[in-house]
Amino acid sequence: MKIIVPIKQVPETSNVKMDEETGTMIRDGIESIINPLDLYAIEAAIRLKEQFLSEITVISMGPGKAIEAIKEAIAMGCDNGVLLSDRKFAGSDTWATSYVLSQCIKKIGKYDLILCGERATDGDTAQVGPGIASFLDLPLSTFTSEIICLEKNSIRIKRLVEGGYEFLDMQLPAVLTVVKEINDPRLPTLKGKLRAKEIKIPMWGPKNIDAQDECLGLKGSPTRVVKIFPQKVSREGEKFIVKDEDDLSKAIEKIMDYLILKELI
Amino acid sequence: MSEVWTLAEQRNGMVNQVSFELLNRGKKLSEKLNSPLASVILGYHIKKERIDELILRGADKVYVVDNKHLANFLIEPYTRVLLSLLDEYNPHIFLAAATTLGRTLMPYIAIKKKTGLTADCTILDIEEGTDNLLQTRPAIGGNILAMIKTPDTKPQMATVRPHSTKPAIPDKKRKGKVIYKKYDDKIFKSRTKFIKFIKDESQQVAIQDAKIVVSAGRGIGKKEKFKMIDELAEIIGGAVGASRDVVDRGWKTYPHQVGLSGKTISPLLYIANGISGSVQHIAGIQSAENIIAINKEPDAQIFKLADLGIVGDLHEIVPLLIERLREYKLKEAQK
Repeated sequence: MKIIVPIKQVPETSNVKMDEETGTMIRDGIESIINPLDLYAIEAAIRLKEQFLSEITVISMGPGKAIEAIKEAIAMGCDNGVLLSDRKFAGSDTWATSYVLSQCIKKIGKYDLILCGERATDGDTAQVGPGIASFLDLPLSTFTSEIICLEKNSIRIKRLVEGGYEFLDMQLPAVLTVVKEINDPRLPTLKGKLRAKEIKIPMWGPKNIDAQDECLGLKGSPTRVVKIFPQKVSREGEKFIVKDEDDLSKAIEKIMDYLILKELI
Repeated sequence: MSEVWTLAEQRNGMVNQVSFELLNRGKKLSEKLNSPLASVILGYHIKKERIDELILRGADKVYVVDNKHLANFLIEPYTRVLLSLLDEYNPHIFLAAATTLGRTLMPYIAIKKKTGLTADCTILDIEEGTDNLLQTRPAIGGNILAMIKTPDTKPQMATVRPHSTKPAIPDKKRKGKVIYKKYDDKIFKSRTKFIKFIKDESQQVAIQDAKIVVSAGRGIGKKEKFKMIDELAEIIGGAVGASRDVVDRGWKTYPHQVGLSGKTISPLLYIANGISGSVQHIAGIQSAENIIAINKEPDAQIFKLADLGIVGDLHEIVPLLIERLREYKLKEAQK
């Protein structure tokens, strides 16, 4: 069985600082990491590999340094990887990105399952997983929270939807995007790190994946960013500090007054 | 001008509230464009009154595809039916809600139509002179807004964040046209089979649909203490949310997670207990109408966003607040 995991390298933003004046993120000195939600897809792939004989290929589109993300996935237990890096890929929206990744998957040729993170924490569109499925014309399950059983030609999954869970039987090959609930990702092992250090990751451009130039980058992107502007985050209302018992009851009354004033209760 | 379309979502014959929010959005756009507003509904045994309600709430036309193979959402038949409708009528704009269905179906369709799609928009407008749809969404952790357009391809597609606008109000006098479409069986073929839906009692009030969300972060201290948050939520009639920290520690399950790696919500009231307010968390709640924060740390980021901030120990405040709310409710009931 052959599993492909498309991943993305994103800025590490969990401890990010904000520029108070402009309301934007301070990007200086921010590390790059594997998109945290992709770790669940990698882990799901490794767990399948532990159960069934399978080979996991990690693919990523990005700048040269995105190779670190692929190597980290290999250190966790994936087998090999491909980096899609070329100036022509830059500026791709979700349509063009899905195109590049799906062309790469076609080139790899044999695959039974494609596992993606639900979305990337930077772009936050959740459109590329479904986009890959559409380009490859494959069945798709998004928000997958459990792989219940895997057979030779089919898979049963559970997916998280509003108010509950859906159970689906899907024919393989198929695309799954997974949510956090599916597993707890492992850390890279020492042995894995050594293997990742040795392994050579091929870097592919448009020619390697038979991509048409007019489908790449800005040219291949149907959407255009008109402008970007700061959102007023701060609304700083009243702040009340509780110093003693007396303040405590005042605080409760303040909350009650607010709830009543705004007709929230 | 060609039509503005909204996708009406239904489950078990009930149309989702969010579909009426889309009609409100669609109405404003169609008025600016001076074009008809249409809703598309796919399902099985769709009741006439559900279709009429779409008209009362603003649709000039409703396209209905009623077939047993559409009873539950499956990607392939839903895509083929919608592609066929889009090819036949060429709408100018096509909107769906940013629900699990919308966020699955719309990207699949956009690829096949080779058109642009903007995810999770919170503001929509029409560009003067070009009639392009201006689609604005929070970007980079929700700290900035990005305005996006799809200048050269049609339809211009967007998913819209639930609760980012009010549902359209029904007008009993409105009239509209209902168009039933029929298709051959082969359009409904699917490599995916729907087995069942199981309601999750713990997310009976899904946080993304709740008017009030009461949430806790690391400040809650331990899992057992979450009981008081559950209690506060119950008495105030809200759903229970949790920060990523708390979910990672296993104190609450993932469906409760609020923030960028959980759910982005826009409730009428958000009560943050012991949540410091990471960028990721704030991105998930900033469109809440009212925010009350309780935190021991006077410098916690969450206070920047709060309409009312209480600097104090939630373990003292929350039990007293529950008690006070009980008294209030009792008094109201006796009035």
